[in-house]
Order: sequence, then C-alpha cells, then structure tokens
Amino acid sequence: MAIRNFWSMAAAAVGFRLVLVLFGGDLHLASRPEVSTPLTSIRRLAEGYWLKQASMSPYSGSMYHGSPLLLLVLGPLTNKRSVGHHDHIYCSLIFVAVDFIAAMLIRATGRRLQIARNRNLKSLELTEAVSNSVNVSAGDIASLIYLWNPWAIVTCVGSCTSPIENLMVVIMIYGACSRLAPLAAFGYVMATHLSLYPAILIVPIILLLGYGPDAPPTKVFRIKSSSASKTDVSDNDKSSSSRDVQQFLWKPVFHFILWMLFWTFYVLLLSSIVLNKVGGLQEMFEKTYGFILTVKDLSPNIGVLWYFFAEVFDFFRSFFLIVFNMNIVFMVLPLAIRLKHRPCFLAFIYTAIVAILKSYPSVGDSALYLGLLGLFANELAEMQFTFFLFFGYIGVSLLSPVMHNLWIWRGTGNANFYFATGLAYTCLQTVLVVESVSSMIKHDRKLRLLVTA
Amino acid sequence: MAAPPPALRRLLLLLLFSLLLLASVAAAAAAPAAEEEEFTEELLLRPLPDRKALAHFHFRSSASPSAAAAGRHHHVFPKAIAQLVQQFHISELELSFTQGRWNYEQWGGYDPMSTNYAKPPGVELWAAFDLPLDEIDATWKNLTHTLSGLFCASINFLESSTAFSAPRWGFKLNEGNLRYGALPREAVCTENLTPWLKLLPCRDKAGIASLLYRPSIYKGYYHSQKLKLTSSQSFGIIIDQTLTVVLQPDTFRGQQLHSTDGQLQPSWSMKDLFNTKLSGKCRVSKSSRVFLEIENDIVDKSGTEASWTNELFVLSTAPDRVLKELNNMDAQSSSLYEYDVSNYNNDKPLDVGITWKLPLIWSCTPAPYHANRFLMGSGNERGSIALSFRSTNLHKQLFGSSNDCSIKAVVFQVVPWYVKVYYHSLQIFIDGNSKAISEVVEKIHVTPSEDKHLPGTLEMLLRLPCSMESATLSLDFDKGFLHIDEYPPDANQGFDIPSALVTFPEFNSSRSYPEGDTLFLSPLLQTFKEDGVVKSYTEVLLVPLTTPDFSMPYNVITFTCTVLALYFGSLLNALRRRIGEEERELKKAAVKRGLIPLLIAKLRGKKVDPPPQGSSPTSLLSTKLLLKVVFVAVVAVSLHYLSNS
Repeated sequence: MAIRNFWSMAAAAVGFRLVLVLFGGDLHLASRPEVSTPLTSIRRLAEGYWLKQASMSPYSGSMYHGSPLLLLVLGPLTNKRSVGHHDHIYCSLIFVAVDFIAAMLIRATGRRLQIARNRNLKSLELTEAVSNSVNVSAGDIASLIYLWNPWAIVTCVGSCTSPIENLMVVIMIYGACSRLAPLAAFGYVMATHLSLYPAILIVPIILLLGYGPDAPPTKVFRIKSSSASKTDVSDNDKSSSSRDVQQFLWKPVFHFILWMLFWTFYVLLLSSIVLNKVGGLQEMFEKTYGFILTVKDLSPNIGVLWYFFAEVFDFFRSFFLIVFNMNIVFMVLPLAIRLKHRPCFLAFIYTAIVAILKSYPSVGDSALYLGLLGLFANELAEMQFTFFLFFGYIGVSLLSPVMHNLWIWRGTGNANFYFATGLAYTCLQTVLVVESVSSMIKHDRKLRLLVTA
Repeated sequence: MAAPPPALRRLLLLLLFSLLLLASVAAAAAAPAAEEEEFTEELLLRPLPDRKALAHFHFRSSASPSAAAAGRHHHVFPKAIAQLVQQFHISELELSFTQGRWNYEQWGGYDPMSTNYAKPPGVELWAAFDLPLDEIDATWKNLTHTLSGLFCASINFLESSTAFSAPRWGFKLNEGNLRYGALPREAVCTENLTPWLKLLPCRDKAGIASLLYRPSIYKGYYHSQKLKLTSSQSFGIIIDQTLTVVLQPDTFRGQQLHSTDGQLQPSWSMKDLFNTKLSGKCRVSKSSRVFLEIENDIVDKSGTEASWTNELFVLSTAPDRVLKELNNMDAQSSSLYEYDVSNYNNDKPLDVGITWKLPLIWSCTPAPYHANRFLMGSGNERGSIALSFRSTNLHKQLFGSSNDCSIKAVVFQVVPWYVKVYYHSLQIFIDGNSKAISEVVEKIHVTPSEDKHLPGTLEMLLRLPCSMESATLSLDFDKGFLHIDEYPPDANQGFDIPSALVTFPEFNSSRSYPEGDTLFLSPLLQTFKEDGVVKSYTEVLLVPLTTPDFSMPYNVITFTCTVLALYFGSLLNALRRRIGEEERELKKAAVKRGLIPLLIAKLRGKKVDPPPQGSSPTSLLSTKLLLKVVFVAVVAVSLHYLSNS
C-alpha cells in the first residue's frame, strides 16, 4: 500500500528547504557543532579553496580535511556571494538537489526490497500471515523520513558536505540492490574517499551482489522445501526456485571488484590532477584519513570522543585511539555472520555504528541511517522502546543547542553540560542499533516458526 | 755598609732594564687591545607633550673582528655575548623586554625613538643566522635556551615550533635565515635588569648606569630594555644595550615656580627622575655623554636659535655643545643639548634639568596612520580580528595635499594556532565602504597555522589611498579547543595574540646631525642616522578560550568507556542470543539438579543415581580445561620471555 500523497509531500519538503535557503537569511547553521564537523564544514572548504587559489596546498595549515574533488566542484561556488543571502547559498542549492536525489534513490531501493520481500513471502507461502498485519510501502516511508528529517534539513540548509557523503552511500546501496556493479563500485569508492568509514560497507555490498536483496534466512527455505517435499514429492519446482535465490553469484562480485579498482584509480588520478603542484596524494591521505583516525581536532561535536581526547592523559592517547577505531571493525564480522541473509539491513546497521563511533559525528550521519531505517518499517514493526527512542532523539536535539549556548556563549555552564547530551545521544543510538538488530532476529525467528507451524 | 760590588750592580741594572722593557712591551700590547674593544655610554632626555619625560640609556660595547675572533679574553666586552655569537653564528639579534605600551599618539610615531625603541609588551626576540637554512631551527632552539639562562626570563618558551615564525619580508627582508618570536605575557622586572647590567663593564656602580634607580624606572609608564647585537666579519661584534623609560616627573617644583594656570609643564631634573645626580663617567668608557632633546615645535616657538636659556625654558646647566638636526624635509628638526660627563665628578655632579617658564602645548609628529587592533564578536566559539588605520594627514604636510597618491603599509602578524584564522574571510573597508581585496592588497603571503605545530603568519603589503580617513581590515577566526594539558595554570585569563607590526616603507624617520669632528662619534646619534623605516606595533589582544572541566579526566574516561562497553556488550549479546536454545536450556535446567544439592545429598549418604554418560563429558571437560590452562601458561611464558629479551 503506497502512500497517497507521496509526491506532494516530497515536493513540500524540497520547497521547505528552498524557502529556508533563499529566505531564511544567515541562520549560522554552518558553524553549529552539531551540524558541521571539521571534515564537512563549508567554511573550511572555502578556506581550502582560497589557499589553492593562492597556489598553496589546500591542506597546508589545519583547515581543510576534505576531498580535493569537492574543492573542484564546490570551491568556485563558495566565492560567489549574492546580496541579501547567506554566504554559501549556491552550495546550499546544490545540497537541496543532492538530498532530493538521495531520497529518490532510497525510494527506489525500497521498491527493490519490497519486490524481493513479496517474492520471498510468496515462495514461503506466508503472504497472508505476514502481509495482513503490516504492509506499507517502505521505500516511500524511508524517502519521506529522509526528506522531512529535521536533521537532514538542517544539514542541507547549513551547507555541510555531509549530504554528498550520504548520497554516495545511498548510491552504493541502490547500485548493489539492483545489481549495477559499476554504480555500486562508484558509490563505494566515492563514499570511502570522502569519509573513510563507509569502507566497512564492502561486506554488505558483496553480500547484496552475491545473494541479492534481503530475504528470510536460508534455514527457513530449507525447512520449507523439506516439508514441501514431504507433503508433495512431485512438486519440486518451488524448492529448486528457492534454492536458486540463495545461490551466491560470483559474476557481479567480480565485476564490482574490477569496477572498484577502476574507480579507485580514476578518483586518485583526478585528485592528483587537482592537487598537481600544490601538494600530493601523500599529503592528501595524511590530512584526510590521518586526521580522521587520529582525532586531532578537539572542537566539540555531538559525539563523545572530542571530550575524551581533550581530557585523557597523553600517554594513553594512542591506546584509546586504537581501541576506538577498532571498535568499529570489531562488530563487522559478528554482524555479518548473523545477518548475512539481510545485507541491506546489515548496511543500515553498519551505517548506524559508524555514526555512533566515528571521530567527528554530526546529525547528517544520523539523518542517513534514520532514513535507511524506514526501509525496514515492515520487519521492524514490533521493535521495542520506539516511544523512548523517538522522544530521546527529540530531547537530545533540543537540549544540545541549549547546553552549547550555556557553555560557549553565556559561560554559565561548563563543558560537562554539553558532554552529557553527547553521552545521552550515544546511548540512544546504541539502544536503537541493539533493538533493531534483536527485533530483526526476532522477525526471522517468527518467520521460521510460521513456516514450521 | 759597603756599596755592592760593581758586578752585582750591573746585574741589578740589567734586571731593572729588562723589567722596564717587559713593562713597555706589555703596555704596547695592551694599548691596541684597549682600542679593539670600546665602550660608550649615553643618555638622552626629552620632555614629552603629555607632561612626562623620556629617558633613553644607550650603552655600546664593540669588539673588533680580531678581538672577537680570539674569543679567549676580553677587556670590556662581555664574554658571554662573544661566546653566544660564536656558538650560534648569529649575524643579528634583537631581544627586548618591555612593560607598558608606547603611546604613539602622544609620544610620537615618526622619530627614531618610536621606530627603533618602541617595542611590543613582553619579550620580543628575533635573530638572523649565518647558517645553512636547515640548521636554523635547531640553532634557534638552542639560542632561546641560552638567552633564557642569560637573562633569567622564560625565553625558552619560544623554543616550541608553535611560538616562532620565519617571516620573509613583512618583518625584515631576509633569505629565510630570520626567526621571530614574541611572548606578550612575559613580566619584566629587576631580575631581567640585573643580568643585563652585568654585561656592562661598570655595571650600575659608576657612570650613567648608576642613574638606574630601580623604584623610579619601574614606576614609569613605559619601560623597554633592549639588547641589539650585530656581528660581521668586517666590523666585529657590536652590542647596543638600551633602556627606554617614560617617567612622570614630580610636579610640585614647577607649580611652585609658576602658578598662574595649571597648564605649565612640569620642570624636572635628573635628581627628580632618578633620585640621584650623575657623578662622573664609567672609567673604561671611551665617551660618556648626556643629551637633552627639545622638539622642533618648541624650538620654533622660542624663536631664538637653540639657546639653552630663553623665554620658554631654562636648562639647569649650560650645555657643552648644541646640535641642530640637519633636516632633509622641512617637517622635522630638533635641538640636542650635549653634556660631556667626563667634565663632572663627585664634587661637581651633573644634574641636567629643564625649568619651564611659560605654559606650552606642542605635539610630536605622528606616524602616517595610527594603527589599532581589536577583537570583535562575543562568545567562545568564533570572533574576528580587526586592524584599523586612522589617517593623521602626515602625507599632506610632507608631500602637499595631492589626493591621487597612495601610501604603502606592510602588516606583519603572527597568530597562535588555537586562533584558527579564515584567511578567505579577509574584508577591507575604506571609509566605511567595502573594497575588493585586489584593490588594496598588493602582495600577500600567508603561512597558515597548523594545529599544535605552527603559528599562522600573515604578511601583507597594502596600498592605501591618501585621501582616505580610515581603513579597517577584518579576519574571521574560530577559537580552537586545547587538550587539558595545554592550558596554562591560569586558563581562564585567556590567551594573548602578539602585537602586529605595521611598517610604512615610504616613510623614513632617520635624523642626521652635523659631524663636527672625527672625535665626536656618538653611537646614539649614529643609530638615529641609520635607516629607520617608520614602524608601529599594535596592541596585544587577549582571547578568552573555552576551558574543559579540569577536574574531570577520570569521570570522562569512565563515562565514555562505559557507554562504549554498553554498546559492545549489548550488541554482542543481541547477536549471540538464540531464543529457541534458551528455552530448551531452561527446560533442561528445570530437570537437572545443581552441583551443591548433589554434594549435599552425597554427604548425607544418600544414593545418587549416576548420570547416564557422566564420565565421558567430565573427562572431556577436564581435558579441555587442562588444554586451556596450558595454552594460557604457554602464552604467558612466551610473552614474558619476549618482553625480557
């Protein structure tokens, strides 16, 4: 059941963004710590572009830490000013378009998932049992969540580069869902180039390309086929078809790897052309990936690591850097083993984990995984603590600016006030991840019980 | 007693003769050595328009190249400095300790005093080295430590690469061999003066330095103690030690003399300023002079050609000579009244003073622009630095009132890394109207700051139109957040941005005086004659930075780790949980009895029915356990072995 007024609501979301960009004046969103990080800040990008124009390396000094390609695309736009609007209005307009494209791709991904889901339920003969309870068009919901998410709007209007990073992740997932290896490889390479952490998404992408979109566990099909063969030996048509679904296809994976190598080479080539005579790739890696991994900038953001590294004793610093960076990688394998039949969901979980644990988190990252969460509206319908989570997110997003104001602007509070909201926010995200994983596992178990019953 | 035999007498005579010869040889050897090293002392006094008095002490010690090269023994030249120059291959060095700020509006900005001896508050150090470029940074670090020991100051803080910079043309034209550092917060006190005085041959026991009465010189409005060192192959090492103080003379004497209206300038003498009179020169000094300088404005008004007693003022003692400035432009000329201290002694001490007869208002010539710098914005997140220029219309006096001309100004500014300047946000307003950068900025060189590594350096050549009244430059910045250990003990006081330096290369403040004879070669007047491009330093800025909670490190570490452990643990738990198995386990647990009830039952002697396959699982369990223990032991031993080796 599709949402009736989808197009009018999507248009309204885009219109709302445009109104804010064109007539909102300077909302100073570009310097909010929740919105912009040292990696995504447009002001730093403008500084990098200025340095490059002055025939210096854009990475000289500690201002710019983004990709040279963004510098090429967005740099010239930061110079143009129009009277009566805020400084980076042209960039903001681009980000409105980027957000819209990302929402459309999420919708298309949702369609693919929906088709796969209906096919699988049909082959398991569970269509009535499951679909009657909940069946909404997950793609429409997800893209509307993405478009109307206040954080996505704030990020877009504040013109940070995170909408572009989000778009690349969405392109990757969409490409993998529809088995377009070149597109998936492009999204993967670009997302990794822009913000490093999407590199762990290679696991769900390969699973998606190999096995196809999300399906109930293989075990369920096996039980179904065995019971089917027991009841009706002659009817082996269905069981063979279900076995085909689970076959791992090496060809698209192979294509993906080839295309990935090609795009990597291409991106590096472009970067080195942009950085020609003003620094090299070595410096680029040091100033982007090195800056991400070593948490050099201690300016406050919505995470917890900035305060941790501002306070931790120097001789423990490298130990904790290793621990926190490994924490992201630690969970990749267990999750992949348990959820290998649902690669798209796996991608969502990875994105959420990255948003929790990355060194410079912002609400733009949360906007992405909350949008992807909508894709699993049917499966996660029985999730617990949704009320608590919903109001927790609202509370944090209201309290965080207040605490920041008390600390930085008024001087009546101190850093702990703001850090407390960061802690609460990390806890909330943890609860969200854990609950969605366990309710997805429960959902699979329910399917198995339904099949065996 | 008989006379000694003639042989003995001859021997004695010979001995005497040889002694005499030796003495004369020694004298002959000593005489050129004394000429190789020279010491001169001078004092310049000048009344200032705002009822204050300026005293400028100038001591020069020089060593000729041969004396500097020998380096073993020095007569009057300080050995510590000679060793310093040899050790670090310094070609030029300037170190200044300053307290208070030179008032460019009242005390002038267009004379040698303000361009050479007005220094930014705190410590400023720059040095040019005669070394290959890659060795300079390391040498600079050693130099800061040496100077810090030599002058009892925390100059060693300039060692860190975040504290010094290498300007190319904004400060002084060089080939990359110059380093510049400033510590705006350094307090200056007698502990810095004492080692500085130690470099003088007479210290403060005799000569002009004996006037340095501590309570009065530290009571002043401005106090700048400077050491300038130049070394070259051709003329050896020269140290200029100067102390510039601006004092407030006691005013009651003037009021007694003339009480018609309160506008009479205070009359003062050396006794009032320094609590003592000058009783003779330092014996080893080659020359010892005191000058009293009267600005041209007064000289013009007095009408009479530079006499020491006229209807405006009377000097307490008749000068030995009067010098009039040779002016190339008709703007500036001043009179110097010279006293030779060697004519005075304990019985007849010198007490130079001035007594005003009429109320008088005059002004010093200002720099072409008054440069001021200030911070804009509130809060601890971001702000802007603004540099403003106010025209003093000097160019109209100098070049006539043509409005098509333009004036060059060079801005040199060092910003610490925690003030993250966005150089692309440079905005220029001339008379309140925004101007394009390219219209005003002729040349710009930026070294952007690197976190915890390099300060930002801005060198900018501006071309300001003559007709403008005021110009403002503004730069946005973000305030950085520091690690808890990087804050100083008084973190909430804020952090200082060192003074910016504004230079006007088209204006030269040098003054030349007639050279009467070859004997008269005053180092003080020589420095006045040397090329003096008009400079002015701006204010030091105080930037408050946000502080974290300093008492929290343990709490933050535990909280953060707890949250991450919560994430890790609960997610892993959610993943490895198998509800079906759990239900089965629960059923089993209901059937199976625990170990302790079993034991109790055994103790009571009751018969326990043996478990069906009791032996094999336990043995399997024990072998597993044993294997585990062995594995851990092996790992521990190997680790121990590896760590020991």
